[in-house]
Amino acid sequence: MNETAVSVSTMVEISLDGESVRVPEGSTILDACRREGINTPTLCWAENLTPVNVCRVCVVEVEGSRVLVPSCSRKVEEGMVVATDTERVRTSRRMVYELLASSVEMDRAAPEVQAWIDHYGARPERMGDPAEIATQAQPVKVQDDLYVRDYERCILCYKCVEACGDDAQHTYAIATAGRGFGAHISTEHDVSLPDSACVYCGNCIGVCPTGALAFKTEHDMREAGTWDESRQSVATTVCSFCGVGCNLELHVQDERIVKVTSPADHSVTYGHLCIKGRFGWQHAHA
Amino acid sequence: MPDLYFGATDEATDAERAAVAEAIAGFGPVVVRESERLVHAGRARTVERRQLLLPALHALQRASGWISPGGLDHVCSELEVPPAEAYGVATFYHLFTHEPPRADDTLHVCDDVACRLFGAVDLIDDLRAEGHYVKASPCLGQCERGPAVMVQRTGRDDLTVTAVDGGRVTTAEVAVAIDTATSTPSVTLPQAGSGDLRLLARVGVVDPSSLDDYRAHGGYRALEAALAMGGDRVIAEVTASGLSGRGGAAFPTGVKWRGVADQEGRPRHLVCNADESEPGTFKDRVVMEGDPFSLVEAMTVAGTAIGAEQGWLYIRGEYPVATARLRHAIDEAYAAGLLGGDVAESGIRFDLTLRSGAGAYICGEETALFNSLEGKRGEPRNKPPFPTTHGLFGEPTAINNVETLVNVLPIVQMGGEAYAAEGTERSPGTKLFCLSGRVNRPGTYEVEFGATLRDLMDLAGGLVDGSELRAVMLGGAAGSFVGPEALDMPLTLEDTRVAGASLGSGVVMVFDQHDDLVDTVRRIAEFFRDESCGQCVPCRVGTVRQEEVLVRLGRGSHIDDERDLLDDLATVMRDASICGLGQTASGAIRSAIELGLLDGIAATGGTEGEGSR
Repeated sequence: MNETAVSVSTMVEISLDGESVRVPEGSTILDACRREGINTPTLCWAENLTPVNVCRVCVVEVEGSRVLVPSCSRKVEEGMVVATDTERVRTSRRMVYELLASSVEMDRAAPEVQAWIDHYGARPERMGDPAEIATQAQPVKVQDDLYVRDYERCILCYKCVEACGDDAQHTYAIATAGRGFGAHISTEHDVSLPDSACVYCGNCIGVCPTGALAFKTEHDMREAGTWDESRQSVATTVCSFCGVGCNLELHVQDERIVKVTSPADHSVTYGHLCIKGRFGWQHAHA
Repeated sequence: MPDLYFGATDEATDAERAAVAEAIAGFGPVVVRESERLVHAGRARTVERRQLLLPALHALQRASGWISPGGLDHVCSELEVPPAEAYGVATFYHLFTHEPPRADDTLHVCDDVACRLFGAVDLIDDLRAEGHYVKASPCLGQCERGPAVMVQRTGRDDLTVTAVDGGRVTTAEVAVAIDTATSTPSVTLPQAGSGDLRLLARVGVVDPSSLDDYRAHGGYRALEAALAMGGDRVIAEVTASGLSGRGGAAFPTGVKWRGVADQEGRPRHLVCNADESEPGTFKDRVVMEGDPFSLVEAMTVAGTAIGAEQGWLYIRGEYPVATARLRHAIDEAYAAGLLGGDVAESGIRFDLTLRSGAGAYICGEETALFNSLEGKRGEPRNKPPFPTTHGLFGEPTAINNVETLVNVLPIVQMGGEAYAAEGTERSPGTKLFCLSGRVNRPGTYEVEFGATLRDLMDLAGGLVDGSELRAVMLGGAAGSFVGPEALDMPLTLEDTRVAGASLGSGVVMVFDQHDDLVDTVRRIAEFFRDESCGQCVPCRVGTVRQEEVLVRLGRGSHIDDERDLLDDLATVMRDASICGLGQTASGAIRSAIELGLLDGIAATGGTEGEGSR
């Protein structure tokens, strides 16, 4: 969990893009950037997960550091001099997007991802002919009625592993397996999800930033060409299955529930649900 | 058993159960506290059980030739590790396999930069033609006598097979070695008999299996002196000596030790990084095979000095001979009261545990090594925090390379100042170099800092007949190429730094006018692609894209068309990767381009022609 939300009394002074700013001790550089209105791209970071700093798209320059540092996990220190928009930063951020977009499908990622790709002028096509370079192209995994795993969209941000494990669910059904470009998210011995420890809470889908993990309802509608977020509304309600009080966001299109989420900043769920809240809505359409 | 789901349909075999029981013997059942719902919550549990995962996986692999689903579930149930996580760990390492074995013996044949100069590619073909099950391997650390074969065996000890002294190993010799279960004897030192040797003085002289013989050759006098002078004084002497890390980063050893000794946290750890996997590097192997007690003694000196009760020796899994000798040396030292609760009757505790890696260059990165020891995937951690405060199990840790540690013995005996008087002012002492390639007497050499590249090559008998020097790979695949103009450069930390090069792990690999350097450079790119842990994007994808460019160059693509892309790849890997692997993955390649080594011959391609004369 992100521990920076707790109240802190001490402030530290840092230089951020030439401006002297005071931020609470214990903040990350990313926290400081957001506080000061400096828009910073992230992929593997989420407010309800422990930072793993693997995507490297949030890197910034810190005086005295030989290499760039990940703003999502580096804590501020008194007197730190940070630059977020230097040539070095722009080059590395652009290259991270070029490397990712040349190897995985990014078209179902959040709109801001495409905006950042445009912002930094990333040109993944210069990596070579897609037919001749290594990519993550592979068949979609559909093994049950609830989940779809489309790993050619996976950027290996580790969010699903964290949500399945220590950060939320503590089920540990999935982990990173293999190594290097062959590293991938897997159950033990790559068994199918129904044969694994998975409890179908859907929290991995909830945190996936690129659509590699999807609800089968959404996947099927996308395949059929009927998925249309502009025609969707979101109704917030409280889950009625038990007394915990989880907030549900019902995504509704054409008067049918198509997806259920929970707000990441909700004090009960932190964005995470169980199988009942996430999938127990079919009776509404029975 | 809390919260774990075991889905494997097959059961562990009796042999697997017995092997696992032996591997984790000595660790009693874990008491699961009622409040402890999380499977691996709480560091106490991590230390108790999860760190046994790697030895348990080795036991499975050895017992049945693969990590079977039933066997893995059994290990997970014994250690209370979620099966998906254990599978993630097992699939991280090249020496673990995940399909039923195709043969009792797997031949890992090195086809890395040095061995491929000497017919490795042909050897692989020939061994396959004779029916062996062969896997091409990254550098096996036998570059002075390549091509090298590591035989991984089911139910038996692994073997190293190479030529003995000079020449190349034949398929018949490999077959005999397997039949007789005999590794090729350790190398003879080219400098054998020289009175100038310090770190190598006992190699080839002392009986590596005999504690008595080690003592008869001056062994354990340094520990005696160190215990008499006390930890603070030992650290002061090491600081005064100016000793710096020999693993590649050259960090001042005394500063590191002081940092750990000053920590209030307990326990503290001393870790020896013997995961020598940098292509072209074999010096630590020579020390460990020839003088294993010296490393055990040096670790005891270091551990008692910094107040570490627990020492860990992490050795690469491809060194069966060194591993066996070190295990024996540790057992002997325990039996003689030189390790354990009362080291040499000093009242100080120092325990030493040996752990084998399983085929992962990245585990030579210090924080990846910690994760590997802890039973996790060998993925490097972000720094800071540094090992001094947050090392193994998040506790204060000093981690040193083998060569660094054995330097401590003479420092303690002669005093830091006397040690500092040798070598150069900023690079005191002696240095081990790994000479390979087109020299007459390849091998490990010990010279005082300040010797030039030319001095070293002369010591190695100069270039072989008909060779003209084209380039030298200095410091390893993570180092750089230098040309003939660098022959008079003193091989010191300061001089190489000025020249934009690095001593790295002491690699001096010599290439001549016939060598296909496009192929060599492509192999380096392949090495980094294969060895990237996959955690961060710049390295995981960048090393793949870099290799693709090098393959295109080998097929006739022009360097000028690829330069911008190579530059950008180098920049993002150097600036934005988590660890040193990604940060250095483009260094040798860029230096080769700057030297013009990839110009002109780009269209020749292939390796079997001139390359394997």
